[in-house]
Amino acid sequence: MKLSRQEVEHIAELAKLGLTDEEVERYQDQLSSILDYVEMLTKLDTKDARPMAHVLPVSNVMRDDHVHASFPRDEILSNAPDTADGCFRVPLVLEESNS
Amino acid sequence: MAEYEAAIGLEVHAQLLTKSKMFCSCSADYAGAEPNTRVCPVCLGMPGMLPVINRKAVEFTIMTGMALHCQIPAHTKWDRKNYPYPDLPKGYQISQYDLPLAINGYLAFDVEGERKRVGIRRVHLEEDTGRLYHVEEASLVDFNRSGVPLMEIVSEPDIRSPEEAREYLVQLRMILRYLGVSTADMEAGAFRCDANISVRRQGEEVLGVPVEVKNMNSFRAVKLALEYELVRQSVLLTRGEPIERETRGWVSSENRTVSQRSKEEAHDYRYFPEPDLPPLEVAPAWVAEIGERIPELPEAKRQRFVRDYELSAYDAGVLTADRDIAGFYEQAVEIGTVGETEITPKVISNWVTGELFRLMKEENAGIESVNFSPTALVGLIRLVQQGLINANAGKSVLDEMFRTGQSPEQIVEAKGLAQISEVHALASVIRQVLDDNPKPVREYLEGKKQALGFLVGQVMRATRGKANPKVVNRLLQEALRERS
Ligand SMILES: [Zn+2]
Repeated sequence: MKLSRQEVEHIAELAKLGLTDEEVERYQDQLSSILDYVEMLTKLDTKDARPMAHVLPVSNVMRDDHVHASFPRDEILSNAPDTADGCFRVPLVLEESNS
Repeated sequence: MAEYEAAIGLEVHAQLLTKSKMFCSCSADYAGAEPNTRVCPVCLGMPGMLPVINRKAVEFTIMTGMALHCQIPAHTKWDRKNYPYPDLPKGYQISQYDLPLAINGYLAFDVEGERKRVGIRRVHLEEDTGRLYHVEEASLVDFNRSGVPLMEIVSEPDIRSPEEAREYLVQLRMILRYLGVSTADMEAGAFRCDANISVRRQGEEVLGVPVEVKNMNSFRAVKLALEYELVRQSVLLTRGEPIERETRGWVSSENRTVSQRSKEEAHDYRYFPEPDLPPLEVAPAWVAEIGERIPELPEAKRQRFVRDYELSAYDAGVLTADRDIAGFYEQAVEIGTVGETEITPKVISNWVTGELFRLMKEENAGIESVNFSPTALVGLIRLVQQGLINANAGKSVLDEMFRTGQSPEQIVEAKGLAQISEVHALASVIRQVLDDNPKPVREYLEGKKQALGFLVGQVMRATRGKANPKVVNRLLQEALRERS
């Protein structure tokens, strides 16, 4: 199953990637072959398999609600390419966040 | 517009009152903190860091689900919601997609004289984002809020009017506060509401095209924004114009909603299971244990106040709107039942909802900052009921109690408002009169009520007419009751 051009462009847009025409074509092929490979799984008989979100046999790993010291701000900001007023400085965000 | 009706669904995000964040041990109390001083590699999304679930946040969410009559499924898991803005540094938000902590509940309440029941589709847990400050040419990011536990409560589109929407929010906020799971303070951003509203001709079965409304920062804003949308969409339908499926923001300064032309792709969240977090198995015993911690909820308390204290539904509603006020009132009621003069729950209710609320409103104070006890309030009411001070003096004494925290007796004495010392003097005169007149006392106690007149006359004579006959009458009756 080959991904359409629009599908690749849509994925690129979601990933905030700017692709050239030539790249779109290349990824069309590459992503399609990955999907074909994964497609093999659909041949398996999963009639008796329970849905599973995790492979590890653990659950309910939780912590108590205790506060520990946070990191020093200088250290936290030292990795940032740009800072101002104790904040991370990033390119202007025009769209409102939506969470 | 009567021929059109709205179908409104509300999404509420409430910050949970945990001490630490959702997936790390940074303090969740970011109010007033310097930017980026409540952060660590986990809530900054540094590579290789692993989140660990805050048990309290999970319990608060289950508790909320139970208070909203939800089912608590035995299996629940976490998912990543892709999110392309810099206020979440991981590039995704940890949330819950197909297996939320609570599902299929409802919230029932009275609105405009009718019983209303709004379905709760789901309650799930996720993490809050950081905050963005826009400056010239750039945005500044403060991650103190990033990772604060955020509970999302999604209603069914069962709400039919802006007024119902407002009342739903009022009731929901009250429940969250009773449970102690959130401050639910809208101005502080601890309680946020988005709405989906569609409009259809009354009686039509099919829902109209839903429009999402955001940026409503108060209950009033929610009501106004929905009223605006109801009119806007009805007008479009009347003209036969299409309603666009879109997100609109409420602009309070202009009293209208405006289209937020966000790219279609932004809504393609591509949820997938969070591989860093193992699933949760919610055992029935755990649910039962959480259920034990649910206090009496406002609705039940209100009904009990009406039933046990014979209050009007309105007074009971006002008194139970805040858990601490209800507690203050109930303590006062209990104290009112003991002592020489019984103070009825109704009388106490009148003082609390009348004078005390007036003072609290004037000073913009909550019950927690009222610096006198329920005992002191009952003490004051008793002074008024016994006729030692009149109702007006009572109000000014309450004023003074509110301001100074002094006891009503101290204030009355200091202001010379009444004859407290005279009462003490009267008490001994009365005792003398009763001792000196055993026959009328016996007659009175045997049921000859007119004997009281003789005794009052004796007391008035002993005080040379200076005593207040009403007070004498009351004190005499009390003293006689003690001898019965
Ligand atoms: Zn942290």
